This record gives sequence, structure tokens and C-alpha cells, in this order.
Amino acid sequence: MISYFVSFLIMGSIYAMAALALNLQWGFTGLMNFGIGAFYMLGAYTSAILTCPATTEHLGGFGLPLVVGFAGAALVPGVVAFLIGFPALRLRGGTFAIALLAIHETLLLTVRNESWLTNGVWGIRGIPRPFFEVINPRHYGYFYLIIAGGLLILAYLAITKSVGSPWGRILRGISEDEDLTSMSGKNCWSYKMQSFVFGSMVMGIAGATYVHYTGFVSPQVFNPLMSTFYVWLIVMVGGTGNNKGVIVGAFLVWAIWVGSDFLTDFVPAAVATRIGFIRMLFVGIILTVTILTRPQGILSRKRLIADWYR
Amino acid sequence: MLRVENLSKRFGGVQAIQDCTLQVKEGTITGLIGPNGAGKTTLFNVITGFNKPNAGRVFFKEEEITGLQAFQIFRRGLFRTFQITREYKEMTVLENLLLIPRDQIGERLWSAWIRNRSMRTQEKKNIEKAMEILRFLEMASKKDMPAKYLPGGEKKLLELGRMMMVDLDMVLLDEPGSGVPPFLQNKVMGYIRKLSHERGLTLFVVEHDMNVIMNLCTPIIVMTDGTKLTEGTPKEIRSDQRVIQAYLGEPDTQEFEK
Repeated sequence: MISYFVSFLIMGSIYAMAALALNLQWGFTGLMNFGIGAFYMLGAYTSAILTCPATTEHLGGFGLPLVVGFAGAALVPGVVAFLIGFPALRLRGGTFAIALLAIHETLLLTVRNESWLTNGVWGIRGIPRPFFEVINPRHYGYFYLIIAGGLLILAYLAITKSVGSPWGRILRGISEDEDLTSMSGKNCWSYKMQSFVFGSMVMGIAGATYVHYTGFVSPQVFNPLMSTFYVWLIVMVGGTGNNKGVIVGAFLVWAIWVGSDFLTDFVPAAVATRIGFIRMLFVGIILTVTILTRPQGILSRKRLIADWYR
Repeated sequence: MLRVENLSKRFGGVQAIQDCTLQVKEGTITGLIGPNGAGKTTLFNVITGFNKPNAGRVFFKEEEITGLQAFQIFRRGLFRTFQITREYKEMTVLENLLLIPRDQIGERLWSAWIRNRSMRTQEKKNIEKAMEILRFLEMASKKDMPAKYLPGGEKKLLELGRMMMVDLDMVLLDEPGSGVPPFLQNKVMGYIRKLSHERGLTLFVVEHDMNVIMNLCTPIIVMTDGTKLTEGTPKEIRSDQRVIQAYLGEPDTQEFEK
């Protein structure tokens, strides 16, 4: 039971990281990123390929240390976001969202079909887990929770400190009125790019944290539902524009998601086999209830972000 | 200071600006009047980089600024306010002003991490300056209020406050007086005049209130149908028959008889 709770916290931390990154892009800058899964996937695969031992199934055999894997998992999504940003950031609002949705599908199809690189739909197995040989497998969850939790805290501090500075004030300015911000002498395109790349790097690190926990990665994990819209749900429920809110939201939504597993013991067998669909129903209910009763999310946007100068 | 040469701007089938040539001299408060749809706001939009002109060129301080982006034009010292007030609705009044200053250390992503101290010192200075402006506009008590809750007149004042935050060479004011309560209007106009006299700021003002524009501006440029009709002192403009016709239309009695 406790190990179940630990794994719950680890997965919650990973999703919280991705949600913080989306909050930077959407909550603070107004970038409607519908391609979170793409950057999450790039981080996951980059780290997996860099750290895996030699194999004939896919590109690999670098066997590099995990630190390099994580660095790559930040760097590759960052570079890809930079390249995508050139055309995509010229679009505003919904069109930007659709462009990223398309980019996600394109990258997902590439990963599925380029088996020399990723072993296609069979996925990558045997991804090294940090210090797995040294630590008693029964306590391994605790150790990994420290890594995942530590990265979450780092991501939280990095993003919160940045959006609390004049830099973040410009981002909020762009999300409210891009023309006015431009007339105030701020190069909006450059700031949107910075926010987009920064957020995508954090998403990549979340992806790497995921693969080194499960030790296995396949394209199924990165379908748009679980990797993109699930993160959007977290941000909307937790509180758009509030970093503490999205962390609370990540654990709450994940609790409801996995909590439906326990229901199987209490419901009739006919329902129990369809629990997957009931889970979807729950997600729909959470979203509807949130929008109806608390559209700003559990914790609302902080008004005075620049309170650190006092 | 500002020179517009043979500027044209078309929106679909509408010729908003047609071969317009005009000049604003350094240190003046130049007025711009004209009937609705004469192209005054479009002219401002083209000058400040919001719309690209179809033809013609814009010069600011003898340098061409045609086609530059809005943020680049601001950096050269040209700012504008908007006819329909624009403010950051969710931000506080104070934050609305703090966003404006140029070259803030904290505008770079890494400053919050590696140059924290100098960033805070600069931010404190900017806050003091913003508070000074808010006190002048009699809005100091509203500094922490989200700007969307301000009444219309004070939103207009906030736009003026924004332009006081930085040292500029020229400001385009799009109806600075509309919606400002009368007891503040004199004060605002006085301040505009003071900016012009003391700091040598050049102002280009669109205004519909004839009392304001006749008292404030010399010279006055009159626009109709997207081009300059005439230019002169308030006295000349008031007695110019063409200006009166532009506002009231041609004396065409047949129209009424039909």
C-alpha cells in the first residue's frame, strides 16, 4: 500500500512538472500549447537512447551517464521548440494550438515508424534506472521519489522566480495585450520564444524522469489524450496562472485517475470491466464541475506577482 | 521631427489614407483634426508600425522608420496612446506603469537568478517614479487595484501616466481628453503643455474637443478623405471655409429637397 502511494507521488510529480511548464506557456504567456506530448516524448526518447546499453533494436549503445541523459532531455526539446517557434509563433491563439497538435502527431508518427531510431511500436526496453543495483528494490521507490520530487521543486523554483521578475511581467503583458506590449518597446516575439523554449525544456525533463522510472518507453504513452490534454486538465483544475495551484491540481487529478482503480472492488463485475471508460467519465465530470463552480481553478491567479520587492 | 511622405493605406476597397504628406516640427504641439473616417487613427497606426503602408515613407528624426515594428519605433523615442483605452486589465495600476521603462535589468530571463540585487534596486527606483506619477494623477490610492476596475477617465489618465514613465522625443496622443472628468482635464492639458515646454517633447494630438485643441495646439493640421487638407494656426483654421465644409459637407440644397 505504501509503495503504491510512493509510486502515486512519483507520477504526480512528473505530471506536476509538465503542468508547471504548461502554466508558464499558457497561464503566463498565453501560448496555447496543444503539443505538450511532443516535447515530453522528445525528452523521454532522448534520455532513453543516450543512456541505454548497446542493442540491435534501435539507435543506441551510448550508455552515457544519466546526468547526460537528463541534459539531453532538456536540450533536444529546447532546440526543437526553437525551430518550431520560428513559423509557429507567428500564429496567435487557436491557430497556434492546431499547428502544435499537428506537430505532435507528426513526431508521434515518426517515432512509431522509424524503428532504426526508436524500435517503433515495440518501444525501448531496459532503460537504466539510477542506482538500481545499489539500492534494495523494496526501497527503490523512496529513492526515486527524492529524484522526482527534487526535480519538481527545482522546476517550481525556476519557473516561479522567473515569472515573478520583470521578465514574467512582460509575459503577462503579452498574454493580455500583445499590441500594447509591443508599443511599450518589448520584442514580444522574442519573449514568446523564450517562454516556449523554457517550458518545452521542462516538459522534456518530465519525460526523462518518467522513462528512468518505468525503464520502458513506447509510443502509446504519448497519445494526445494522456500526454497533452491530461496536462491541460491539470492546469485548468489547479488554477491557470498559479504555480502552487497546478501542483495541487496534478496530485488531485492523478488521485482521481488512479483512485478509480480501487472502485473495481466495490462495483458489480459488469461495471468493473468497463472501469477505463468510467475513469473518462470522471475526468469529464471534474472538468465540468471546475468550469461551472470555479472557472479560475482551485487556486486563483495571484494578482500582485511582483511582491518580492517589498 | 516627424515627416510623412506620400503615404497610402488601403483596407480592401477602403482607401483610408491617400497620398498623405505632412510634417510635425520639433517642440511643437501639433493638432490633428478632421471629420470621422478621415484617417487620423489609421495614420497613427501606420506611423507606429501597427499597419504596414501600401505606399509612402515615414521619417522620424530624419531616419526612415517605415515598416519597422512597434517595439523598434518605441525604442527610437516615439510612443502613442490609444483612442479606446488599452490597459492590462488583470494587472494592478502600478504594474501597468512598471511594464513601460526601457532597458530593465530584470527583463532578461537570467537576471532574476544572477543579477537579483541590481534588478531589485532598479525596480525600486521605477516604483518610486511610478508612485510619483500616480500621486500627480491623484490615483495613488488605487495602485494595487486591477486596472479593469478603473473608471473610463482614469484609464485615460493611466495612458498618460504610461508616457510619463520614460523619456521620449515624441508622443502621438489619440484623443487624450475624451472621458477625462472636467476637473482633471485642465490639469492634464496643463501637464501636456508643461512636458512640451520644459522637456521639449514633441506632441501630435488628435482631439475632437475643439476648445481643447484650439487652446493647446499650434499648428493644427486638418485631414479629410485620407489626406491633408490644410494646416495653420487655430485662428486660420477657424476661419477657413474649406474646413467648415469638410465637417458640415457641401451646401447642397437638392439633397434636402429630395
